Amino acid sequence: MKKNLGILSLLMFVCVVTALLSDGFLSEFNIENLIRRTALFGIISIGAAFVIITGGIDLSIGSVVCLIGCLVPWLLVEQGLSVWWTLPIAFCISLGIGLFHGLLITKLRLQPFVVTLCGLLIYRGITRGFLNDQTSGFRGQFEGVRQLSLGMIPLPGTDVGVPVPWVILIVVAVAAMIFLNLTIYGRYLFALGRNQEAARYSGINTDRMIILGHVICSLLSGLGGLLFVFDVGSAQPVDFGNFYELYAIAAAVLGGCSLRGGEGSIVGVILGTAVMRVLKNSITMIDQIPNKIEFAVIGAVILGGVTIDELLKRLAATRRTASRVKESHSTE
Amino acid sequence: MSPTSDSQPILETRGITKRFSGVCALADVDFTVRPGEVHAVIGENGAGKSTLMKILAGVQMPDSGQILMDGEPVVVDSVQTALDLGIVLIHQELNLSDNLDVGANIFLGREPRRFGCIDFARIGKQAQHYLDMVALNVDPATVVNQLTIGRQQMVEIAKALSVNARILIMDEPTSSLSRLEAENLFNVIRQLQNQGVAIIYISHRLGEVKEIADCVSVLRDGENAGSLSRDEIDHDRMVQLMVGRDISQFYARREYVTEEPELVVKDIRTAAWPNHRLSFEVRAGEMLGLAGLVGAGRSEVLRALFGIDPLLGGEIHLRGRKLELRGASDAIQAGLALVPEDRKQQGLILEMGIRENIGLAGLRRHRQGGVFLNRSRERDDANRMLRDLKIKAESDRQLPQYLSGGNQQKVVLGKWLALEPRVLLLDEPTRGVDVGAKQVIYRLMEELTKRGVTILFVSSEMEEVLSMSDRTIVMHEGRIAGELQRHELSEESVMQLATGRSNVPA
Repeated sequence: MKKNLGILSLLMFVCVVTALLSDGFLSEFNIENLIRRTALFGIISIGAAFVIITGGIDLSIGSVVCLIGCLVPWLLVEQGLSVWWTLPIAFCISLGIGLFHGLLITKLRLQPFVVTLCGLLIYRGITRGFLNDQTSGFRGQFEGVRQLSLGMIPLPGTDVGVPVPWVILIVVAVAAMIFLNLTIYGRYLFALGRNQEAARYSGINTDRMIILGHVICSLLSGLGGLLFVFDVGSAQPVDFGNFYELYAIAAAVLGGCSLRGGEGSIVGVILGTAVMRVLKNSITMIDQIPNKIEFAVIGAVILGGVTIDELLKRLAATRRTASRVKESHSTE
Repeated sequence: MSPTSDSQPILETRGITKRFSGVCALADVDFTVRPGEVHAVIGENGAGKSTLMKILAGVQMPDSGQILMDGEPVVVDSVQTALDLGIVLIHQELNLSDNLDVGANIFLGREPRRFGCIDFARIGKQAQHYLDMVALNVDPATVVNQLTIGRQQMVEIAKALSVNARILIMDEPTSSLSRLEAENLFNVIRQLQNQGVAIIYISHRLGEVKEIADCVSVLRDGENAGSLSRDEIDHDRMVQLMVGRDISQFYARREYVTEEPELVVKDIRTAAWPNHRLSFEVRAGEMLGLAGLVGAGRSEVLRALFGIDPLLGGEIHLRGRKLELRGASDAIQAGLALVPEDRKQQGLILEMGIRENIGLAGLRRHRQGGVFLNRSRERDDANRMLRDLKIKAESDRQLPQYLSGGNQQKVVLGKWLALEPRVLLLDEPTRGVDVGAKQVIYRLMEELTKRGVTILFVSSEMEEVLSMSDRTIVMHEGRIAGELQRHELSEESVMQLATGRSNVPA
C-alpha cells in the first residue's frame, strides 16, 4: 500500500490544482463523467498491467477496442443479431487475439513488442476495410444493454448513484487482485516476469502463463471496446480507440508496473488511470491551458511523477543501508 | 626469471583501510607485489579480496593508507589513473562487448584513428601482435561471442597487454574454464611472468593456487591473515589461514550406497550431442559424480533428466517407472530436483524475497482449493531452511541479490530440499562459494544420502569430485569415456578419461 501513496498524492495534487483553477471541475456532472471514464480506461489498463507484469507489452489494445467497438453495433444493428449472440462472438474474437499473440510470442519466440505492434496495424486495418470506414452506431436502439456503460445504480437514501462501469471495474479489479496476490498462478506471473529462466527451472510452465497474460489483456481490451461503444453510442473505425494502448500502458507504469516485468499492483493501476483521466479533464476545464498542448502536459506530468518517484526510492534505499549499518554496529 | 624476495617491490600497500558506511571491509592491510611474481590472494567470500582489488584498480578509494608503485607513493583515484600506472583488473565476469569483434574489443575506447575514422587496418595488425603474445590463434575480425569462454579470457588479457599492463589483477580467472583452458591460461601467465608482469591472482581453487603462485596472501575478515612463500604453500596451511582453524582433510565422508537402482538412464540423446547415446544407473543413497571438461555435455544430461531440455531419444526410469517429462514440473512431481549451473540466472529470482524463492517450486504441491497460495506453509518452509542450512540473512523477506554467493546457493538448495526430493541433481554445487559454505553443502549432501536420497552431481573441481563421489562417470565430448569406482579415483585417472586419452570399456 505504501507504494501507492506516491501516485495517490499525485492524484490529489492534480485534483486540488484543477479544482482551484476551474469552476466546473467539482460539479456533479463532471465528477460522474470522470468516474465513468476512469472506470472504462481502468479496465483496459488492468489488461495492460497483466502483460507488463510478464515482462511483455501489448500495443494492440487500442485496435482491439476499435475492432470490438465497431463490430458490436454492426452485428446488433446491421446484422440484427441478438445480444446473446453478439457478446459471445466479441468474447471469442478477443480471446482468439490474445491466444494468437501468446502463441506467437511463446512458441515462435517473437518479441511481444513486434507481435502486438503488428496487431495494432492489422486489427485497425481490418476494421476499416470491413466497415469501409463507415461509422458504426446504435442509432438510438439497444438502450437496455447500453446501460452497462450509461447506467447508474442509485445509492439508497441519497440522490447520488454509482455508474455501472465503476461496478464492473471493481469486479474486474477484485478478481485481478485475487488472481495476482492469492493464487499460485499470480505468483507464477510475477516470478517469470522477473526471471523467466529461473521460473522455468522451478517447474513453472512459463509459456502457458505468458499466453494467459496476453489472453487476459485482450479479453479486457475487448470488454473495454464493448463498454466504450456502449458509452459513446457509435464508433468510427478511423479513430475509435486511437492511442488507448498508450493511455493504458502509461496508467500501468504510473501505477507502479515496471516494464522490466515482475512488478505492479492493481490499486496502483487504477490510481494511475485516474491520474490520466483527471489530467485530461483538467486541461479541458482550465481555460488557461490551451487544448492543443494536451499531450505535452500529460507527458510532462507523467515524466515528473516517475522522476520524483525514482528519486524518492533512491533516498529510501540510502536511508535503509544507513540504518542497517547502524543496527549492525549496535549488535557488535 | 624468477622473482627473488630482495627485488624492489613493484607495488606496495601500507595500512589500507576501507569502511563501507561504517562496516570495516579492509583493516590496515599491508601487501607487497614484486615484478614477475604471481601473487595469489585467497580468502573466504566477504574477506575483502574484491575490495582490495577495486582499490588497486582505482574503482574505489581507500579511507586511509598508502599505495606505492616502485617505491613512490601514488594516488589511484580512478580507473584511468590505474591504467596509466599499468594496473589492469580482469573481472570474473568478463567485460567484453560480445557483439563486437576481437580487435574492436582490444582497442575499445582507444581506437587508432585515421582522418577521424577508425583505422581498421592498424587495429587488425596491432591486435594480432597482442593475440600472439597470449598465443591465441584467432582472427582479430572474429566476433567475440563466437569464442569459447577460455578464448574470451585470452582476449581480455591481450587487451590488458595492449595498455602495457605491469600489474594484472585476475579475479577467479578459471571459474568457468575447462581444465585444458586453465592449463593454457597458466602457460600464458608464466610467459607474462617472464616478461616481468606481476600477476595478482584471486582464486577459490587452492589446487591451482598451489600450482601457479609464487606467493600467497590470505585475507580474513578484512585483515591480512598471513602470507606464504613458494615453499610454504600447501593446502592445509592455506585453508588454516583462511578459516583460522585447522582442517586436516578437505572433506571426509561416509558412504550410504544401497543396492536399489534408483535412477536408470537408457540410451538418452541430448541436443548438445545428438549422435551419442548415454546409459547409466544411479543407486539409492549413492553420490555419483559427473566429471569431464566444460562442454563435455554434463549439464545437458542433468537438464534432460529434469525435463528442461527435451530428450531426443532414450528412456529415463525412476525406481522402475518410466518417466514422461514434458517440463520441469513433471520431473518435480516425480521427485527430482535440480540445482542449476547458473545460480543467478537459473536458480534464483534475485529481486524476489528469500521466502518466495524457497517456496516457488512447491507452490503447486502445497496449493489450497486448487489455485490458492499456501502462505503459512511457504513461510514455515522458508524459515526452516534458513535455520537448517544456516543461511545468513536478516530475514526470509530479504532479497537474495544482497546475499553472498554461498548463501545464495543455500537458498537454491533450500528451495529444493523443502520438497524432499528422492533424486537431487546438482550442477557445480559449490561454484563461487566460500570455504565455509562449501563445508555446509558437503555435509548436507552426505546427510541426504544417509537418508537414502540419490545425488548426481556435475563438478569441474577435481577436489570435489575426488572427495564427494562414491562413483564417478567421466564424460568426454558427449560420450561416457569411463566409469571410476572410489578406489580407482585419482586426479590422473579422471583427467585421462576427460581428455579422451584413454578409454575404459564400460
